[in-house]
Amino acid sequence: MDGLNIPLSHILLVSSLLFAVGMLGLMMRRNIIFILMSLEVMLNSTALAFVAAGAHWGQPDGQIVFMLILSVAAAEVAVGLGLVLQIQRRFKSLDMDNANRMQG
Amino acid sequence: MLEISLFYIAATVALVATILAMTRANAIHALIYLIISLLAVAVIFFLIGAPFAAALEIVIYAGAIMVLFVFVIMMLNLGEEGDAREKQWLSPAVWAGPTLLAVILFAELLYIISSVEGPVSTAQVTAKQVGLTLFGPYVLAVEIASMLLLAGLVGSYHLGRRALDRNIDEADARALSDSDSDSDSNADKGEQ
Amino acid sequence: MRQLIGLIPLIPLLSSVCLMLLGGRLPRLWIGLLGVGSVGLAALLTGLTAVEFLANPEPFQLTLWVWMQVGNFAPGVAFYFDGLTLVMMSVITGVGFLIHLFSTEFMEEDKSYARYFAYLNMFVAAMLILVMADNLLLLYLGWEGVGVCSYLLVGFWYQNSANGQAARKAFIVTRIGDTAMALGLFLLFSELGTLNIQALGVAANETWQVGDKLPLIACLLLLAGAVGKSAQLPLHTWLPDAMAGPTPVSALIHAATMVTAGVYLIARTHELYLLAPIAMIAVALVGLTTSLMAAFTALTQRDIKRILAYSTISQIGYMFLALGVGAWSAGVFHLMTHAFFKALLFLGSGAIIHCLHHEHDIFKMGGLRTRMPVTFWSFMIGSAALAALPMTSGFFSKDQILLQAYQVDGIGPWLWLGGLLGALLTAIYSFRLVFVVFFGKANTEPDRDTGWRMALPLCLLCALALFGGWIMLPVAEVFPLASGLHPAHWVEYVSIAVPVVGVVIAYLVFYSGQLRVDGLLNRPSMQSLQRFWHSGWGLDQLYDRLFVRPYYGLAAQLKGEPVDAIYSLIVAINQTLNGWLAERQSGQMRRYLISMVFGLIVVLAILLGTL
Repeated sequence: MDGLNIPLSHILLVSSLLFAVGMLGLMMRRNIIFILMSLEVMLNSTALAFVAAGAHWGQPDGQIVFMLILSVAAAEVAVGLGLVLQIQRRFKSLDMDNANRMQG
Repeated sequence: MLEISLFYIAATVALVATILAMTRANAIHALIYLIISLLAVAVIFFLIGAPFAAALEIVIYAGAIMVLFVFVIMMLNLGEEGDAREKQWLSPAVWAGPTLLAVILFAELLYIISSVEGPVSTAQVTAKQVGLTLFGPYVLAVEIASMLLLAGLVGSYHLGRRALDRNIDEADARALSDSDSDSDSNADKGEQ
Repeated sequence: MRQLIGLIPLIPLLSSVCLMLLGGRLPRLWIGLLGVGSVGLAALLTGLTAVEFLANPEPFQLTLWVWMQVGNFAPGVAFYFDGLTLVMMSVITGVGFLIHLFSTEFMEEDKSYARYFAYLNMFVAAMLILVMADNLLLLYLGWEGVGVCSYLLVGFWYQNSANGQAARKAFIVTRIGDTAMALGLFLLFSELGTLNIQALGVAANETWQVGDKLPLIACLLLLAGAVGKSAQLPLHTWLPDAMAGPTPVSALIHAATMVTAGVYLIARTHELYLLAPIAMIAVALVGLTTSLMAAFTALTQRDIKRILAYSTISQIGYMFLALGVGAWSAGVFHLMTHAFFKALLFLGSGAIIHCLHHEHDIFKMGGLRTRMPVTFWSFMIGSAALAALPMTSGFFSKDQILLQAYQVDGIGPWLWLGGLLGALLTAIYSFRLVFVVFFGKANTEPDRDTGWRMALPLCLLCALALFGGWIMLPVAEVFPLASGLHPAHWVEYVSIAVPVVGVVIAYLVFYSGQLRVDGLLNRPSMQSLQRFWHSGWGLDQLYDRLFVRPYYGLAAQLKGEPVDAIYSLIVAINQTLNGWLAERQSGQMRRYLISMVFGLIVVLAILLGTL
């Protein structure tokens, strides 16, 4: 049966690839909406890794962490999109590079 | 065999959809690709014996969170020129460096993963098990998550209310510095 | 009276301070009264002291207070009064008073009337301190005070930058000599333990033998100081440029008094020089070469004040010659008569310049004999005295110098011959000046004649220049007696005849025109010789090449602060680093993200390495 199962390393490989792509999007996009999307992708890829690890051991803990990640993502998106509205209102643009007034 | 081939298909779809989502100029297009990617990940969850997680992924991620994105994007009413600007921002000079870093990071992760052995059991971890564990040993985490969600609720309400209130909007615009206030007032008229 | 000599320098000094503080608010009449009156009062006090001193010629000392006390070094603010001091004080206050009086008219239209008299009074005070000091330190104070005042007065019309240049040149060139003199003072104090002039003479005679090295070095250092102040070779270049100041200033500072400070210094320290025969020969040679060089230069100048300036250098060269051959009293005598006739000539030239719209070129003057009679006669008398025509004051003093120079063993006749050549040239250039300026046809019309305040000092100085030679100097006590031997009579006759020959030559060339020298002068070799003489024997250019330009070059190099380069490099590195780091702090979110990812990669790599 082992040979027919999905190898854990392959799932982790997919997860890492998604993480890398999400991080790439995070670094290269200037639009704040895309930045939020990239964050979602990265969170999702870690969730995938947790669930896969949980499945590897046949335990429910992985899915519980997934649920926690889900709530974090939900809260983050809620606040993040509120900030998007504010930024759009203040700078009339979604360009993150404009939001550099604090120099910090 | 079917499961394995389904996994590779779903993984490929997830990757391709994510890459496309990251490189789109139009936010709505990107969002659609992102939803596809999330659905593909949900398929993977299902395949590795986590149907509850798969359901949550579809309902909350692809459903609720992405719809939130769609609402906000529609509210911002980004036009065609926004797309053109996005294309301009995606020049090779911009993405070459980050891509190099991302590749290096991936290589490091790959090195770590390479030592991982063993398959994923196809035995399902049911919703009941998850629920028992969640409200058993992890009950504190549930409390923390609920507080986090409350904070997110209050924060987004506060930010969103101020954003939609016109009077406060103009008062704030006046408080901004000279260079910004010029463009602000012009754009305000356009919005009205 | 003796207790009151401290007042003599004090009165001009107080007047100077008053003028500096209140000058702007006083009416012009008051400024004139204060400026002239203070020097007049000093002259009066000097006269009274002189009467008392001549009745009882006993040198005396007056200590006012101890200046400073360091160990056994306690120089006092103390005055020493003897015949030499009396002569110097009389010249300074007497001639100074006449020049002050002359200035009231010469400067009456100047805006900085009060400033002028403040400087002039301070100069007189400094010069009096110089000649009255009983120790070399106080003398040095007066010496520097005179230097400062001459700087201020040469650059009096400072709005013109050339005048400021001349003032700086005067100050810096004399500074070279002053530094040497300060070294001489250090040497004397460290060797003999005192700076009191009288004690110095005694101690030197006890400590040193004739011909020792140390007195030679000390005397040469003092000579360098004297050379700087008295404008002798090789430090004479400042004097012609110093004519940038107002003409009465030239009369006071650069003719009558200040430049004689060097002569006074050597005369005052003659006991040291007697221990160093080589230094005395050096003094004589410096004097002779300077007097010849300056006489040749004066022959080719066109600017009336520069002619007089070079003649001053030349005449002081004579005084140095006198000092060098041991004719101390003759040197001081010539100093006095020179003060009379040179002040007369300068004031006369001042009158001409004043009445001729500030014209300096003698070839643009001419025919002034009938238009400015007082000036003409003062110039005639002054030039006669300068040329040492018989029975004028210059005749007596110069004759003494030449006769005593002849008696020196070995090189005496040569010194005498050089002196004679100088006398011939002096006669030629001084009467060239008279004939060109006062005879011939008029080129510029004077717009006025001299007023009484100009005429009176001129007349008094005329009398002094004519009859000053009959004054018997009360310096017999001060200097050792010259040898009583008289040279052969023909020497005396030649000495008398030479100036007359010079005047005749000048008459033939510049007045009657019977002796034509145009053909000779127009030859190329003569032309270049003329240019060479005109430029003051090229010394200015030489110094410019040797010292001024390399100094400017060095200054230009140092302006970039090469030593600071190391430190500014450190600063530059830090600033670059700081700029680089500050640039990182841009507020650009993506840059921060990239940095974070970079850090993540590095941390991961380190973790992997440790696994």
